[in-house]
Amino acid sequence: MIYTLCFYLFAIVTVFSGIMVISSRNPVHSVLYLILAFFNSAGLFVLLGAEFVAMILVIVYVGAVAVLFMFVVMMLDIDYSEMRKGFQKYLPIGALIGLVLLAELVLVGMGWSLQGPVTTDPATAIPALDQMTNTEALGSLIYTKYIFLFQMAGLILLVAMIGAIVLTHRKRPGVKKQNINEQVMRRRGDAYDIVKVKPGQGLG
Amino acid sequence: MEIGLVHYLTVAAMLFTIGIFGIFLNRKNVIIILMSVELILLAVNINFVAFSSYLNDMVGQIFTMFILTVAAGEAAIGLAILVIYFRNRGSIAVEDIRLMKG
Repeated sequence: MIYTLCFYLFAIVTVFSGIMVISSRNPVHSVLYLILAFFNSAGLFVLLGAEFVAMILVIVYVGAVAVLFMFVVMMLDIDYSEMRKGFQKYLPIGALIGLVLLAELVLVGMGWSLQGPVTTDPATAIPALDQMTNTEALGSLIYTKYIFLFQMAGLILLVAMIGAIVLTHRKRPGVKKQNINEQVMRRRGDAYDIVKVKPGQGLG
Repeated sequence: MEIGLVHYLTVAAMLFTIGIFGIFLNRKNVIIILMSVELILLAVNINFVAFSSYLNDMVGQIFTMFILTVAAGEAAIGLAILVIYFRNRGSIAVEDIRLMKG
């Protein structure tokens, strides 16, 4: 009973905040509704028994991605009301495509059934909770069977990080910076010249 | 009523459709388009975890984590491109982006 109630609560709030993400006037509100959607789908994941993925969702999406979005929305000085000009124009075609897609998904869902019993690899079956926690079970798979994919994910993150830094890094002219190499390489002769001045003539 | 796999799939399908709809609705605003892509990826994740739970197979949750990785990288790169585009052009209107040739 409580499970059903929780499911409907999380599902309805998720879908509602999804609608608000795409339709609110202010992009800051969109980001906040995106965060709400992420929190509620983390709730759905907990209901499904995937606690670790739920917590990762909160940490990665809410803690990193949504904050990044918020940062960019607030940093860029854009007239957002100008951007909503085409909103009415695109509404019918967008609604049409959305409805077609939804109808297709519903048709697929209605025609879908499992063909026969599902055979899962015993190594990847979800163990009972009194034997192993969700986190432990995930770890025992990721670090053994899926180690190469795991390393690949790390590489993707590394490339994304380097790419983002390279893209947004810029050298600004006119900014004084400390160049340690130059300072260390400096010799006494570079700092001053000894000029022999003849008496009564000055430096000219 | 017992909550089954179909309920979760319905939520995911609705989120996916909302994401696609959002891309069409906010044709001019790249930030909202990126958020719609995040919604679509979230719908895919819900599908993966629901199937993982109901088929009693751990692999769905593992792949959810990989999708999460890709989504985070995509958001970072997309927003970085957006920031430098805004710095160069002073706007993020999607119509101007097609003018950017080679």
